[in-house]
Amino acid sequence: MTKLRQWLCGLALLGSAWAALALAPPRLQLSDPYRQALLPLPVYLLVAFGCYSLATVGYRLATFNDCEEAAAELQEHISAARADLRRRGLRF
Amino acid sequence: MAAGGADKFSVLLPTYNERENLPLVVWLLARTFRESGNNFEIIIIDDGSPDGTQEIAEQLEKIYGSDKIIISLPFLSGTAYIHGMKHATGNFIVIMDADLSHHVSLYFVLKQKEGNFDIVSGTRYKGNGGVYGWDLKRKLISRGANFITQVLLRPGASDLTGSFRLYRKEVLQKLMEKCVSKGYVFQMEMIVRARQLGYTIGEVPISFVDRVYGESKLGGNEIVSFLKGLLTLFATT
Repeated sequence: MTKLRQWLCGLALLGSAWAALALAPPRLQLSDPYRQALLPLPVYLLVAFGCYSLATVGYRLATFNDCEEAAAELQEHISAARADLRRRGLRF
Repeated sequence: MAAGGADKFSVLLPTYNERENLPLVVWLLARTFRESGNNFEIIIIDDGSPDGTQEIAEQLEKIYGSDKIIISLPFLSGTAYIHGMKHATGNFIVIMDADLSHHVSLYFVLKQKEGNFDIVSGTRYKGNGGVYGWDLKRKLISRGANFITQVLLRPGASDLTGSFRLYRKEVLQKLMEKCVSKGYVFQMEMIVRARQLGYTIGEVPISFVDRVYGESKLGGNEIVSFLKGLLTLFATT
């Protein structure tokens, strides 16, 4: 099953569960407090996911390593390489 | 196992206009492998570079020997890996960039031995992996794109667009048969398909030293094509 299908199945499942509970006809309704919480739940979850995304990307951006040492080491390697290769006869 | 029972590492180096960097990469690879006692070969796949890359490659072949340096000239663009693989006699294949952005590292070999992994993937996002030479905007785009990729594809690897990897030869051959995308989306597809086929993937932190970022900005076009590729993978794998 492709990822797209997984998402569609998951959304269909959750969506129908929510619809059944939140949009039920008057006789089968849950008590008021539950309905009031359930109705805007999808929007709440979307907003929560949005906040989570921003926080996660922000954190990862802040902790993205700057490889100063690797860059410096590379420069040393380049000098050593050029010197050695010249000795071995490479014409740059 | 390669002949003789020991592991042999074939490094595939696709090049285009890398006359300056190619000898340095080859020198670093040769030194790293020699010092660790590993058997290796370097396969240079040049796509008709007009700057004399091929000529430098031939000089390197004379210096290091034709058992260590192999030059491959594919007729078609974009088939570098397929052509390179035809010449590979090792049982492990290393794929990396020839422009010195990838820091030659023995950790790939060590990690593979540690967990007997089918694939070892270099990651810029974990451990002490990272980048050098990127400004905040570029880092943000990178992290943002990776986040979307993780959410949509749940690939089980932290860095999908990195192209510094070690593969078992049979694994790479199998994956190349199955993958259809091009460019960096191809790199992403390899990991996704590898997970589907049940191959084990180990990760190793790598440093990406970007010395060309100042010259080549990441444009809107690339971002759009990345998203297109990502959505295609999302819908087809």
